[in-house]
Amino acid sequence: MDSVTPFVVLSAILFSIGAVGVLIRRNAIVVFMCVELMLNAGNLALVAFAYHHGGLDGQVAAFFVMVVAAAEVVIGLAIIMTIFRTRHSASVDDASLLKW
Amino acid sequence: MEPFSAPGLEYAELWPLMVVLGVALVGILVEAFVPRERRFVTQAVLAIGALGVALVGTVVVGVRLQVVADGAARGLITSQGSLAVDGPSVFLWGLTLVFALAGAMLFAERRVHAGVSVFAGQAAALPGTAAERDASSRGLEHTEVYPLMLFAVGGMMLFPASSDLLMMFVALEVLSLPLYILCGLARRRRLLSQEAALKYFLLGAFSSGFFVYGMALVYGYAGSMDLAAISEAINSDIGNHDLLLLGVGLMSVGLLFKVGAVPFHAWTPDVYQGAPTAVTAFMAACTKIAAFGALLRLFYVALGDDRWSWQPMIWVVAILTMLLGSALAIVQTDVKRMLAYSAIAHTGFLLTGLLGVQAPADLGPSEISSLQAVLFYLAAYSLATVGGFAIVTVVRDAGGEATRFASWAGLGKRAPVLAGVFGFLLLSMAGIPLTAGFVGKWAVFEVALAAGAWPVVLVAIAASVVAVFFYVRFIWLMFFTDPVDGVEPAAVTVPSPLTSLVIGVCALGTVLLGVLPGPVLALLADAGSFIR
Repeated sequence: MDSVTPFVVLSAILFSIGAVGVLIRRNAIVVFMCVELMLNAGNLALVAFAYHHGGLDGQVAAFFVMVVAAAEVVIGLAIIMTIFRTRHSASVDDASLLKW
Repeated sequence: MEPFSAPGLEYAELWPLMVVLGVALVGILVEAFVPRERRFVTQAVLAIGALGVALVGTVVVGVRLQVVADGAARGLITSQGSLAVDGPSVFLWGLTLVFALAGAMLFAERRVHAGVSVFAGQAAALPGTAAERDASSRGLEHTEVYPLMLFAVGGMMLFPASSDLLMMFVALEVLSLPLYILCGLARRRRLLSQEAALKYFLLGAFSSGFFVYGMALVYGYAGSMDLAAISEAINSDIGNHDLLLLGVGLMSVGLLFKVGAVPFHAWTPDVYQGAPTAVTAFMAACTKIAAFGALLRLFYVALGDDRWSWQPMIWVVAILTMLLGSALAIVQTDVKRMLAYSAIAHTGFLLTGLLGVQAPADLGPSEISSLQAVLFYLAAYSLATVGGFAIVTVVRDAGGEATRFASWAGLGKRAPVLAGVFGFLLLSMAGIPLTAGFVGKWAVFEVALAAGAWPVVLVAIAASVVAVFFYVRFIWLMFFTDPVDGVEPAAVTVPSPLTSLVIGVCALGTVLLGVLPGPVLALLADAGSFIR
């Protein structure tokens, strides 16, 4: 798998950046962008493995993931917008009425 | 070059699924073209009708499934290999549809909320503004909730039937996305509801990111998304095993998040508490049914031959889930949160069942397989949970639903029947004999013991004892405690026949499954195992 290893390693780095970003960033929009980064890291890995195996499954899957991510953006931004209009803040720390 | 051959769909097996998704699309058209005053009735009738027709269809499909693999399973792989309509899928479809019907009936309840539905009049109007007061005085309501719910049900039916990782991912999102919206649409306590939606969405999207990356790694290992092909790749031991382990771990994060297992449980209490109670009832039951179906299929069909790699992980997760769920339920002072932590503990018991013996060939004559035990437990759990949350919707004070423990004190004297039913459902969750919960717990413990997972079963028994404590304490609170001074005691609002029917059927089902589990167990034995 030598020819695709760099791509898979890059996707792993992107995925880690995304996952760490979700955990440490406080703005809901940025958190959400980090989630998108994770999904796109998945896409890169899928396409790289599709090249490695010489199949099309992975490439087709990447299209599905892109469409799902787009649908997720619509719903996510709607929810974040509602919260922002109510609270005038998009910080995930401010939404803390529900605890324990 | 090969000539192009058109892909085929097995409509005879898939039509219940298509009814649900098709009527969801019709529901969107209804929003656009039917006058506002007629939308509520149209949408509610369409949704309940579609679920009813799909349920009948599921029974028909189930009866007609062909026996394959020498009688060990029945069904077929449809849709060019991406959906498996087999005995367990059809059983899970039936369960999902029954509890979705109950959910739709709770959605349509308007009498207990003084003539309006439980959903926000206009979700875009800010809480506490003139626009919101205007929306509520004009009696607006969001009837989009019915199509949203049907889309979620469609995803829930696809999820356990998917025999392909990509289909599993798409189904996961189709079931989750509508639920994120539904959680944020409560008419009262809108800040809590919106916060619940935000938390559920961000954490849900985070977990689906893990699922996608895990899927990519497993694809990299096996060179195929097909569950049977992954199983073959494991058997022939090609590829890099580390890639498989990492991929399975990441995919498990996505699935364990959906079922609410520790350490991915943090969203459960917040979302269950903040969401409108009708939505909580629906998703507590149906999401867990669908997600456990998918979890079982992934682990048994694709990874069954690699079980020594994943079983230790499930051991740890099951033990943590049962202990943490039961322990944290003790310190709750809110009914919905207590039920949420109890749902977490139940996830642990269900995971215990996952550890059991899988292959019917390895079983003795009267033993049940781990698949049957988990499916039975899901039925018992869902009956108690939906019934419990339905009762929470009718116990109210001036501020809406009274979910604080203090308001429930002495409820048994004011409404003995309802409090009695709630107490009975709690006893079923605790696993007291003669309830469905007892048979379910017995079944999962037995299969786990038969597979040698005795440490997990020991922890499970300890967690059950702890659980009995907090359920019985709540029954004590309802029947033998006087109302607390300074807290308005909750009263029972008489609901419409819809909610009463849900509560009645759940209570009756809990009794029947507890006293006569035979027919359902026979049905499960008849359904057989997963096909590959």
